[in-house]
Amino acid sequence: MLGSFDAVLLARIQFAFTVSFHFLFPAFTIGLASYLAVLNGLWLWTREHKYLDLFRYWVKIFAIAFAMGVVSGIVMSYQFGTNWSVFSDKAGPVIGAPMAYEVLSAFFLEAGFLGIMLFGRDKVGEGLHMGACLAVAVGTVFSAFWIISVNSWMHTPVGFEIDAETGQFLPLDFWQIVFNPSFPYRLMHTVTAAYLTTAFIVGGVAAWHLLGQRRKRQLASPATRTMFSMAMWMAAIVAPVQIFLGDLHGINTLEHQPVKVMAMEGHYESHENGAPLYLFGIPNDETQRLDYALGIPKLSSLILKHDLNAPLAGLDTVPDADQPPVAIVFWAFRIMVGLGFAMLGIGLWSLWARWRGRLYAAPWLHRAALAMAPSGLIAVLAGWVTTEVGRQPFTVYGLLRTADSAAPLDAPAVGATLIAFIVVYFAVFGAGTYYILRLMSKPPSPDEPRLKDVSDGPIRSGGRAAAYDDAPQGAHATRTKG
Amino acid sequence: MSLVEGFSFDLTVIWAFLIAAAVLIYVILDGFDLGLGMLFAAERKRGDRDVMMNSVAPVWDGNETWLVLGGGGLMAAFPLAYALILPALYMPIIVMLLALIFRGVAFEFRWRAERGAARAAWDAAFIGGSGLAALCQGIALGALLQGIHIDKAARTYAGGWWDWLTPFSVTVGIGVMVGYMLLGATWLVMKTTGALQERMRTRAWPLGVATLAFIGVVSLWTPFLQEGYYARWFAGWHIALAGGVALAVLAIAALMFRSLTIHRHEYWPFVLALALFALCFVGLGVSMFPYIVPTEVTIWEAAAPELSQKFMLIGASVLLPIILAYTAYAYWVFRGKVDPDTGYH
Ligand code: HDD
Ligand code: HEM
Ligand code: HEM
Repeated sequence: MLGSFDAVLLARIQFAFTVSFHFLFPAFTIGLASYLAVLNGLWLWTREHKYLDLFRYWVKIFAIAFAMGVVSGIVMSYQFGTNWSVFSDKAGPVIGAPMAYEVLSAFFLEAGFLGIMLFGRDKVGEGLHMGACLAVAVGTVFSAFWIISVNSWMHTPVGFEIDAETGQFLPLDFWQIVFNPSFPYRLMHTVTAAYLTTAFIVGGVAAWHLLGQRRKRQLASPATRTMFSMAMWMAAIVAPVQIFLGDLHGINTLEHQPVKVMAMEGHYESHENGAPLYLFGIPNDETQRLDYALGIPKLSSLILKHDLNAPLAGLDTVPDADQPPVAIVFWAFRIMVGLGFAMLGIGLWSLWARWRGRLYAAPWLHRAALAMAPSGLIAVLAGWVTTEVGRQPFTVYGLLRTADSAAPLDAPAVGATLIAFIVVYFAVFGAGTYYILRLMSKPPSPDEPRLKDVSDGPIRSGGRAAAYDDAPQGAHATRTKG
Repeated sequence: MSLVEGFSFDLTVIWAFLIAAAVLIYVILDGFDLGLGMLFAAERKRGDRDVMMNSVAPVWDGNETWLVLGGGGLMAAFPLAYALILPALYMPIIVMLLALIFRGVAFEFRWRAERGAARAAWDAAFIGGSGLAALCQGIALGALLQGIHIDKAARTYAGGWWDWLTPFSVTVGIGVMVGYMLLGATWLVMKTTGALQERMRTRAWPLGVATLAFIGVVSLWTPFLQEGYYARWFAGWHIALAGGVALAVLAIAALMFRSLTIHRHEYWPFVLALALFALCFVGLGVSMFPYIVPTEVTIWEAAAPELSQKFMLIGASVLLPIILAYTAYAYWVFRGKVDPDTGYH
């Protein structure tokens, strides 16, 4: 018994580790793919060279992040079978089909046009190349659509019956399954999160170069300015939207998964007459109370029920065996919301600076934007942790327990592969991050990148694309003969 | 519509064919690019390595997506099989995934490495990752063929986590490595020119012979693994079928060797090597059908409910032709030779 529990715990750690790592890449590439499509479109439309420079600058970074997203994603699609085989057998009839749709409608689209997006500008012409950029961007959003649908179904399962003999979930209505009750909220909140993540990374890189150019008493280059300006517009417009969507999402969660909301809010006890919003406190699952609680009376009822005096049930109404680990959910939620408001702050600050005409001459704004560069990635992980840990102890909410979902594996097997994943991920993705940071540390140059810049070899992505763009005919890496 | 006892041509059979087709397409497409990764080890000149990698750089991601379709499709169409097979092949699959990480990122990282040592490390990751992934795929195939222990009533895998490791599975593993290298070498005959192309022509010979040897050994070994296989191949008129397949393999191999000696044949060796793989795959299908977990679980027992299969089939019949069309387009855009004397290294 103890042995099997250990294997389940290890499998959970393994899943949490691999999926968290994986999601860091989509969170960045979903936004970046759209940003690149916009940059390329602006270049074709205005023929201002700075847009092409920016496209070439970011496409190199995109290629690296995308490759890491692909290889870590392939791991995910097999994790369901290797580590969660019982879950796969039972839920496969329902979630398998939407996941197959993801492969067919999204992954192939991304992979099929990526090569053309990276290397094909010269081979297919600018129009078709633009088409390829759009195909990749649309592919990433399709991908989010399907996988979020599957994940949302696990939170708010509908449209199925349970087979008495095999215990399998049998689909009754795929429309209901795909468009399950939490799906629209989760999809919008997650895709918006990806755009914000990208905006803050782009903004942070731009801020870094603005600060550097200021230190060297140079004029900020047009490409750097544009980059910063675009990112700050995104922050100013999208951050409030995200907070609004998050609020809607929370209200929806209260309807379908009230226990999760109790954990997010730290409500161990029920409140008959208006529940407080706890800003701080230390959740204590042992004593079932929030130590050192600091709260604003009745505010939680106002946010969740739009009524100061509405009663809210607490965890005292939920059996111990059905409670999620409160502290993790409580803190992860606060990290996400805190960063959401910090992003809003940057957005407003940038509007103020813009209005004063000092957007490119506001070193403190630039420092703040630089500090916030990784904020999207952190918020996104915190959000997923809130969502997923808050669903515990179930994989299919209320119906299939996590402990009953795992594969019949020996703990040493899962432990060994967990260690392997940790070592390989940190080594390989660490190297990738280093390469990305090194690319980011150079400012986008007006002749991004010319042949001489890539003397270290034909570069698969930007460099090679550049070779296509700039080189005289004879210098192409793959020349057509037939 | 019942043709043979217990056989009905239905959605389940269509899905079995579709999944098998996805796996075959994967083997054919990623086979040559994994094989090319292993051949990296023998080509030490940087220029040659650059050319080799660039011959697959625009398409490797698409190739690997077929693996995701195979896995994802299996879960969707045959959830029970997915739940039985993956834990049984736990180790080879996880090691394969880790190996694919190394070789996948090498496509990008190799060009980013500024120091020679770092580049050498990513080259090694590319070689090692490709070889290990091929080995694991072969081992997984062998382990599946030799049969896995299941608890049918409980619908779970019931064996240990080293069951997959046998002389048979390792033999299949090495066979797949060799076969992929043959595909890689003939691909490069098609995509390169000059000295590199000539070397690949020469390398294809011993690889071809070794591939044939492994095909022979595995084919003769398989019927003795389980009753069912023996009956399938050697009972009654079936032996004629077995003989026919064997003759066809030999005929294709002979054509391939011949075309390796003909200088203007640049595409044929690759096409014929692919045909060899396709034929072996058909043989494999004959061995297994209608079992999806050999001699334990048939495709019908493992099948997802009809509604799931229908829902997916709608998508597949619309999207697969489109996918095949734009995949073909991407290959066409990057057709022709990779130029060995590109100006920038
Ligand atoms: C909100 C979006 C999102 C979420 C929640 C996930 N992914 Fe992902 N995934 C993507 C968005 C994405 C993407 C943007 O489409 C990626 C990232 C980089 C890329 O190449 O495509 C991707 C790549 C990617 C790939 C490689 C595709 C290829 O071969 O090109 C696979 C197999 C998966 N993912 C599978 C999963 C699984 C099984 C997940 C759940 C546990 C998962 N992803 C969560
Ligand atoms: C990329 C975004 C995601 C992140 C960051 C994420 C994060 C997590 C985390 C941290 C856990 C561990 C919870 C715990 O054990 O206490 C978990 C569990 C789980 N998640 Fe997600 N998740 C994501 C998306 C998904 C999706 C899209 C699916 C399904 C299609 C999914 C399926 C599961 C399952 C089956 C578990 C149960 C295993 C477990 O409890 O550890 N997750 N996830
Ligand atoms: C202050 C504003 C925010 C509020 C009120 C909010 C609210 C929520 C809620 C209630 C959930 C959990 C829903 C559930 O599991 O049922 C959630 C999840 C999540 N949040 Fe936020 N959020 C905010 C800001 C952000 C920001 C700034 C990001 C990232 C840039 C983000 C990214 C996510 C992600 C990725 C998830 C998991 C997926 C999902 O369930 O949608 N959130 N958010």
